[in-house]
Parts: sequence; C-alpha cells; structure tokens
Amino acid sequence: MKKAASAAKKKKAAAPKASAAIQLPIVCDSDTLRSLVRKKAVRVVDVRKADDYNQEHIPTAVSLPLARILENDTPEKTVDILEELGVSDNMPVVIYDDTFGALAARVAWTFQYVGHTNTALLEMTFKQWKELGLETEKQARTYPRAKHSLRVNKNIYADAPYVESAKSQPDKLLVDSRERLNFLTEHIPGAKNIPYTMVGSNGSILKKAEELKRMIENRGISKDSEIITYCGSVGTLSGLTYYALRLAGFDNVKLYPKSFKEWKSLGKPKEEFKDATYWDLSAE
Amino acid sequence: MKKTGVATVRPRQKGDVSVPKPNPRWGREEETEIFAKKVKLFRQGKISEDDFRRFRLQHGAYGSRLHMDYSMVRIKVPGGEMTPDQIEKIASLSEAFSIGSAHVSTRQNIQLHWVQLEDVSEVMRGLVEAGLTTREACGNTVRNVMCSHFAGVCPDEAFDATPYSMAIARFFLRNPMCQNLPRKFKINFSCCDKHGLVRVADIGLVPAVRKNENGETIRGFKTYLGGGLGAASFIGHQLEEFTPEDRLLATCMATVRLFDRHGNRENMARNRMRYLVHEMGWEKFQKMALKERTAVEMTTSYSTAKLFDVKSQEDTRQLPKAPRMAKLPMLNERVSKDSPAFERWLHTNVVPQKQEGYFTAFITLGAGDITASQLRVLASAIRDFSAEAVARNTPQQNFAVRYIRGTELRDFYEKLASAGLANPGALTIASAVGCSGTTSCNLAITNSHRLAKEVQRKFLELGLDTDDSLRDSTIKISGCPNSCGQHEIATVGFFGGATRINTSMTPTYTMLFAGSAGENGELGKAVTRVPAKRVIDVVLKIIELYRQQKSGNETLHQWVTKVTKGQGTGDIKNLENMKAALAQVIQLPAPDKDPDAYMDYGSDSRFSAKTARGECAA
Repeated sequence: MKKAASAAKKKKAAAPKASAAIQLPIVCDSDTLRSLVRKKAVRVVDVRKADDYNQEHIPTAVSLPLARILENDTPEKTVDILEELGVSDNMPVVIYDDTFGALAARVAWTFQYVGHTNTALLEMTFKQWKELGLETEKQARTYPRAKHSLRVNKNIYADAPYVESAKSQPDKLLVDSRERLNFLTEHIPGAKNIPYTMVGSNGSILKKAEELKRMIENRGISKDSEIITYCGSVGTLSGLTYYALRLAGFDNVKLYPKSFKEWKSLGKPKEEFKDATYWDLSAE
Repeated sequence: MKKTGVATVRPRQKGDVSVPKPNPRWGREEETEIFAKKVKLFRQGKISEDDFRRFRLQHGAYGSRLHMDYSMVRIKVPGGEMTPDQIEKIASLSEAFSIGSAHVSTRQNIQLHWVQLEDVSEVMRGLVEAGLTTREACGNTVRNVMCSHFAGVCPDEAFDATPYSMAIARFFLRNPMCQNLPRKFKINFSCCDKHGLVRVADIGLVPAVRKNENGETIRGFKTYLGGGLGAASFIGHQLEEFTPEDRLLATCMATVRLFDRHGNRENMARNRMRYLVHEMGWEKFQKMALKERTAVEMTTSYSTAKLFDVKSQEDTRQLPKAPRMAKLPMLNERVSKDSPAFERWLHTNVVPQKQEGYFTAFITLGAGDITASQLRVLASAIRDFSAEAVARNTPQQNFAVRYIRGTELRDFYEKLASAGLANPGALTIASAVGCSGTTSCNLAITNSHRLAKEVQRKFLELGLDTDDSLRDSTIKISGCPNSCGQHEIATVGFFGGATRINTSMTPTYTMLFAGSAGENGELGKAVTRVPAKRVIDVVLKIIELYRQQKSGNETLHQWVTKVTKGQGTGDIKNLENMKAALAQVIQLPAPDKDPDAYMDYGSDSRFSAKTARGECAA
C-alpha cells in the first residue's frame, strides 16, 4: 500500500478526479476503505440514524439515514441526494450501517438504480468497525454539491405486476429473504426462501463469494436464472440478498423494493402452510 | 447467599478458564459433499424416493411434517456432551438455516427444525467444523449412545461410564455391521440405579464393580436387553449379574448381531428388538445372546477389537480442586414462590457433586427449545464457570452445566439470568418434557410441544416447583402413541390422540400413571383420556387430591404409584376412584359454548388429525 500523504491539511475534501477513481467491488474491506479515506478518494455514507452519526462515525462519512431515502425514493430525489452529498458519476461510494448490512444494501441498491454504478457495501457494521478499534470521528461532514446524471437502471427493479408475471416463467425465480417461520406462514406463490440470515457470517455482512456460490448451487438454481428478491416491507433484507446473489455471480438480479407489504395490500394471492404449528418451536 | 465458604485453594482469578476439551471429530467433511450431491440427483429424479429417504435418514435428516421440502436435522451428541465451540456453531447454524432456535431431544440429540433439504449439507459442513455429526442419528442404525448427564459426578456411581459410552459410540458409528439393521437400535448408559434410562433401551448398562478371584476390584456393568418405549413398550431384562468391562464390546456386538439376524424385516410396526425378545421369550433370547457373545469373542479380530478404545476417550485433564464451602443453605432448605429468585433457582436447579465444592446446575428450557442468542450466552457461561468446560444436554430436555464452584454459583446465575436462562424448576415437576409434536413431526396428532411449555409456565407461575413433595414427580408428553416424549416413564404421562366428543373431533391425551425411569423403572398405566385443553386442570386436580389424601410424608409420585396399584388410603383407593374424581374436570361444555376447548394449542381453527408416513423407520 502506498503511504498516504495524510498530513492534516485544513482544507475541505475535494472530489477525486474521475480518472483516478477506482471501481469498487460489491463488498469493500476495511483496509481498502481506510486507504481510500486517506487518499480522499471515496464518499463514505453512514445510513444509521442521524443521532448515531452525530455521536461518531467513520472518518469523512456523510450522514444519510435510510428513512430519508424511503420517504421519497423517486429517481429524481435520489439523484438530488447524491448531488447534495457531493457524489459525482464515477466517485466510489462505500456505505455502512449498524444492521448487518441490510440498510446499507437498500441505499446502495437505490444509488445503483439511478445509475451510480461505483458503490460498495462496507464488509462490516459500524459496531464491528469500533470493536476492531478502527478510527472514528465526531465532526459532521458536508461537501460541495456535485453534478450527477440520471440513468435509471430498470434491469434491477421489479414492481408487483412484474413479479406477478414472473411466476409463470420458469427462468425467473422469486426469492423471499425473510426468516423461515415468516416464510412458512405466508409468501408470494412460488417463491423460494433464502433468509437474509443465510447470507451473512460472523464478522462480515456477507459470506465469501465461493460459499454463497456453493449454497446457491446446492439449491439447484441455474446461473442463467433471473432472480427477483423481496422481503417483508421496504426491501432492506432483500437488498442484502440482492447483493449476496450478485456476489455469488448472478448478473440478472432484481429487487422488488415494495415487497410483501405492498403485495398483501394489493390483495394478491399468497401461499400459506397451516399443517404444522411450527411457531411453537421458537424459544422466543 | 451468606459467604461462609472457606477457600482452601487459590481463589480463581478473572480470566482463569479451563483447558478446552479437544474437538471430538465425530463428523466427516466428505459426507457433507456426498449429501449435497445426492440431494441434486434426487431433485433431478435420478434416485428413487425410497432410496433417497433411506440415505437421508442414515445421515440424520428427518422429513418435516407434511412438507418434505424441509428437514429436521438431528445432531447426534454422544452422552449429550457439548463444548462451547459446538454450542456457538449450532447457534449460528440455527440462525442461518433453521428457525433461530435449537431443540434438545429426549435422547441427547440437538435438533434443528425446518431446514430446507438443499441446505442440509451446509448445516452438516458447519457441524463437521465443530466436530459434530448427524450420521446415523436417524434410520435403521445404532442411534445416539446416551450416557447419564451425572456420569462422573454422581455420588452413587461405581465409576464414570462416560469414556465407555463414548468408546461404544465410536465403535458403532459408520461400522458396517450396523448400517442396515431391521430397525433402529438404542444403547443407554447410566451412572447409578436411579439416573439414566437403562430399562427402556435395546441395551442398558449400569456401571458396577466386583472383586475378582485375586481380590482385585474390576469394573463392569449390569446389562439390560430388550427394553424400549413405543406404541408397545417393554422393560428390559437383565442379561446377567455382572458383565466385566472386557466383555462389554462383545456383549453389545452380540446383541446387535442377533438383532440383525433375527429381527423382523417385514413388519415395520413390530421390528424393534424388544418385539423379537418378546416373541422369542426372554430365556431363549438370553441363551442365544450369551452364546453369540462367545462366538463374537472367538471371531473378532484384534484390529476390530482395537477400534473399541476406552482409554482414548478418558478425560485426562487435571481439574482443579474447588474451594470448600461450609454450606449452601438453599440447596436443602425450603423455598417458596416468594423466595428470592436466586434461592429458588438454587433449590430447584442445583445439586452437589461427589467432588467437594463443585455443583451441577441445570438450565431450565421450555420443552427443550433455546434461541441462538441464548446458546451463545450458555457457551460463554460454560467457558467462564465450568471447570470441565463442557455441558451435557439431558433427556429432560435441559442442559446440565457441571463443575461449577459453589463460590461462583451466584455469578453463574446472574449471567444466565441476563439471557432468560435462569428459570427455576429444572429438577422438579415443572420441567415437563414434550416431543416436537405437530410443530414438525409427521406422526403427531397433537401439539405436545406447546402443551409441555404451557404446563411449565403454569407450574412455575403457581410455584409448584418449590413444593418438595412434588419434586420427584415428572410430567412427560408425546404427541402420538410413539413415546418420543417418554410418557410411559412419567409419574403422569400423556400421549396425543383424537377423540370425538359431543360430535366434535377433539385433540385428546391418554393419561398414564406411575411410570418411572432408572434401574427399577416401570411403565405407566393408562388411566383415562383428557381433552388437550383440560390437561393442566387435570394435573392440578390430581395435585389437589394428593394434598388432601396423602398419608404422612409420601410424595406425589409415591401416592400416585400407590393409587395405581389399588393401594390408596382415604377416598382415592384406586384408578376407578381417581377417574370418578377427575370426571368433572375432564368434561367439556357443548362446542358452541366453548369452541376453544375443542381446539389444540397453537391453533385457532377446528381440529383435525392429520398425519403422514413416519420417518422413524427407513
């Protein structure tokens, strides 16, 4: 690693030049992030609650609580937010949360949806970052407004009509990311269950690519399948599964961000399993 | 707690933890890969359903209730012994692939429910890392070898049976001689005549010692054969007065061989060894077993015999001496519902060991269920407080954490309490046993699992765990007649069924009295049928009658046994009197008056008995 010239210059962080930007992988490890932070070559996005951010955060991070994205997730608004955070088209963006990666995943997906392709999830949560004794800061950050183009990527998005039509197409697979007991209780007909708990591991928000590959392969899911992920309400758990599938090498993955909550409110059909009292096995 | 202890050893410093036990390596990684491959072939239609089923069961994956896309993964835990690492691994696997909880069975297995069939190999892979296996946990094999959770610490034992049970488990695991038995085969070791399930196993072994002709003390076992619980249960017969330890392996091999050769391979309902013994007659079977043993001894090669290695299974770690304590008051003194929680827990969950200053504490679970986060706290508590740094799960569906210094029981308790693991009542009537029932089993008719939890909740609420006269009584509940809940060895046992009451199909339980475990174990006698929603009321009524009718200091168990034998004094002399006294509690109002009384626990719709093919026999 190059020695970062990190002498504390009292100067606002400037956006890195587009030509110097590196293309981030799906998951960014802590060493890479620290190096990028030192080089001021990354925009770190903290999606926890504003209060948590104000307590402390990863150096140079900006605050973008997930709720802000969810209250108005039109592409125009998302681009407006990106610009406000000083994110230009090719700038590397690394996102983290304190909720096993699910909130970060939902925000990352939203950025990708409006055409920002250079995003990554931090491999760990803020809690783990702290436990490792890595550096934090308290100072709230703002950056000069940047210009960001809007190129909606329809290929990674699914709505209810799309999900409904996918059911009858054998090369399209619907994946429910909720926990097993919720899935057994009710789910969208034909969906397969890959609980979000299956894709994470101790110390990392996602298992290693080869492990994920093996698990998906065990499930007999073909590489060419188109997969649509959904979860209970706003696409966070399924956002994480979206990235797990991408990491496992699936290129054609879509998120149904409005998920089962919308599906039920639309009165669409559900599959239920009532022949066993499985909830009584839970020790909760 | 008063600090009256006199420390005779260096007080333990914070951070002093025992040397961990080595990874036992029961599992094999290649088996996980083979399993994954077979699932794919099965899904592609390249293996028949029956062949796959046999394979699946041999590897510990049991089909789930009316939904064969899911498995119950049964983790074989010989002697119930688990290291903190294994417990943590099970926590992670339960979160990733199961329902976020694990379940302690009545035969010292740990079960993960509702695992997608395609994910079973991943669970197995994780287990192998932790040294565990699911191999031969189901199917027509030698199942998990049980050993009393008190073995090694029981004040009444002749010697510690643990290394023998482990050596037997290792010898039979993957052994070609027991890969295709007529049916499953169960071996149980106890520590003494009271603890352990030796009379209800195919082979039951109680450690014993005697002097040989040279006056030397030699170890051996009292051996019982042909017992077992099920739709028809039998109490095992004693093979001989004393089986010396050097004949233990041959005795077990001979019994397995006899069963393999003569067991019924045609009628699945009658192919356990106990039927063979019953049909052949004990004397004939006994003669054949002794003769077979001689044949085994004369024909077993040295290399085969060497695979049975007790020495290698001994725990050679030197455990430190515990600080001596003058007294732990609450262990023997009376407590009540209103006693401080720690004192109540101490009284109902903790027993002294034969090792002075050390205690065994039990973790009260509800019908054996424990969450992933609780498992992690348990693992950490074992590391911090158990000098042997392992725990054992028990056939009462709890955990026993042994070798806790008396001086540290309070800290141990506090740690458990932080995770909801310090409920009282583990060693009392409140700790009801319940099989998985309709929560996951194909054969179940009723939700025995939830009922056991409801019994426990109610009994703890009423403080019945603090009444020492109820302490030696047990309540055990199965969701069908097949006895996984061991209802026939309970003071008051129940097995589920369906009965038409007032023209409405109703979940009911057949109630049995006066069963018991241990070397003098007896099977319970059926008394009457009770609607599921009346079970708790009926047991409370029995306790009320007992309190009115008991003579002297007799315990509930003694009183129930007396009544069952028709030797009751007072108004309740026999089971007929008992039935009459319970009749009113059992009665249900018309279905439209109280529809809930006709439903099962965990259900808000009309009851119907749904079952599918059992997975017990491959």
